Amino acid sequence: MKPLHAFRYAAPANFYPLAGRLQPVFAALALGLAIAGLGLGFGVAPTDAQQGEGYRIIFVHVPASWMAMFLYCVMAFWAAVGLAFRIRLAAMTASAIAPTGALFALLSLFTGALWGKPMWGTWWVWDARLTSTLVLLFLYLGFIALKAAIDDPRRADKAGAIVAIVGVVNVPIIYFSVRWWNTLHQGATIAFTKSASIAPTMLWAMLLMALAFWMYAIAVVLARLRVILLERESHTEWVKHALA
Amino acid sequence: MPWHSAAEFLAMGGYAGYVWGSVGACALAMTLEPWLLHRRRRRVLRELRRLRAAAPVQTSVSRRITARRRQTA
Repeated sequence: MKPLHAFRYAAPANFYPLAGRLQPVFAALALGLAIAGLGLGFGVAPTDAQQGEGYRIIFVHVPASWMAMFLYCVMAFWAAVGLAFRIRLAAMTASAIAPTGALFALLSLFTGALWGKPMWGTWWVWDARLTSTLVLLFLYLGFIALKAAIDDPRRADKAGAIVAIVGVVNVPIIYFSVRWWNTLHQGATIAFTKSASIAPTMLWAMLLMALAFWMYAIAVVLARLRVILLERESHTEWVKHALA
Repeated sequence: MPWHSAAEFLAMGGYAGYVWGSVGACALAMTLEPWLLHRRRRRVLRELRRLRAAAPVQTSVSRRITARRRQTA
C-alpha cells in the first residue's frame, strides 16, 4: 500500500532535503519583508501624538512578543504530536523551535525595558504582562535544559513534551493579562473585537515586521532542525549519503 | 516622510538610545543566531565525515557498487 503523501515528509530522509530547499526561500522572504517593514516604519509612518518617536520600538517589540508566544504554541503542538504518535521528526521540531522562541522572549523583554524606561520611567515592573513574559522565557529555558539533561533522546523527548504542554497555559495568561489585571502595560494594539488603535501606516509596518520575524523563525528553525537531524540520525544510511 | 534631515532621523526625537538600542538588539540577535547555527552545522558535518573516514561503513549502495566492480573485473 502506498503511504499517504502528507506523511512522506515525516521521514527524516525525505524531510532533510526538502527543508534544505525551503530554508533559503524563507530567509529571502524574511529579509525582503524586514526591509519593507523598516522602510515603512521608519521612513513613512508618522510621529505618535503621545509618545513622539519613541513609539517606533513597536516595530520590533510587538513582532518579537507575538513570535515568542506563537512559537511556544507551535513548539508545544509538535511536542504533543511527537508524544502521541511517536513521530521523531515532530519531537525534533519542538527542540529546533525552543532556542528561537527563547531568543524572541528575551528580545521582547529587552525591547520592552527600553520602551518602558522613557514612557513609564522604569525598566521593569513586576506586573502581570511583564512577569508572565519572563515566565515564558523560563519555560523555554526549562524545556531546553531538561532535554539537554536526559541522555536518552527518546526519554528526553517525552519529558520535554510534558513540560511544553503544561506550559501552554501561560500563553493566554500573557495575552489577556492587560485585560484581566491592572497593569502599566498598554492594551492590545490590535484586537479581533475592534479596529486597530493606530494609524494605518504604523499598523502595516508592524504587520510587515511581524511577517518578517515569522519567516525568519521558519528559516532558522528549518536550519536547526537539519542540524539536529544530522546529529540524531547519524547512524542511518540517509545521513551517510547526505555526507557524500 | 516624517524627517527633514539625517541628524533628525538619527536623534529619533530624543529617543535615539531606546529606539536604536531595540532595533540594534534585534538585528544583532537575528544575525548571531544564523551565524552560530551555520558554525554548528559545519562542526557537525566535519565530525561526521571524520568518523566515517575513521570507520568506513558499507552501505547497501556501496556494497552493490563493489559487487558490480568485481563482476566486471
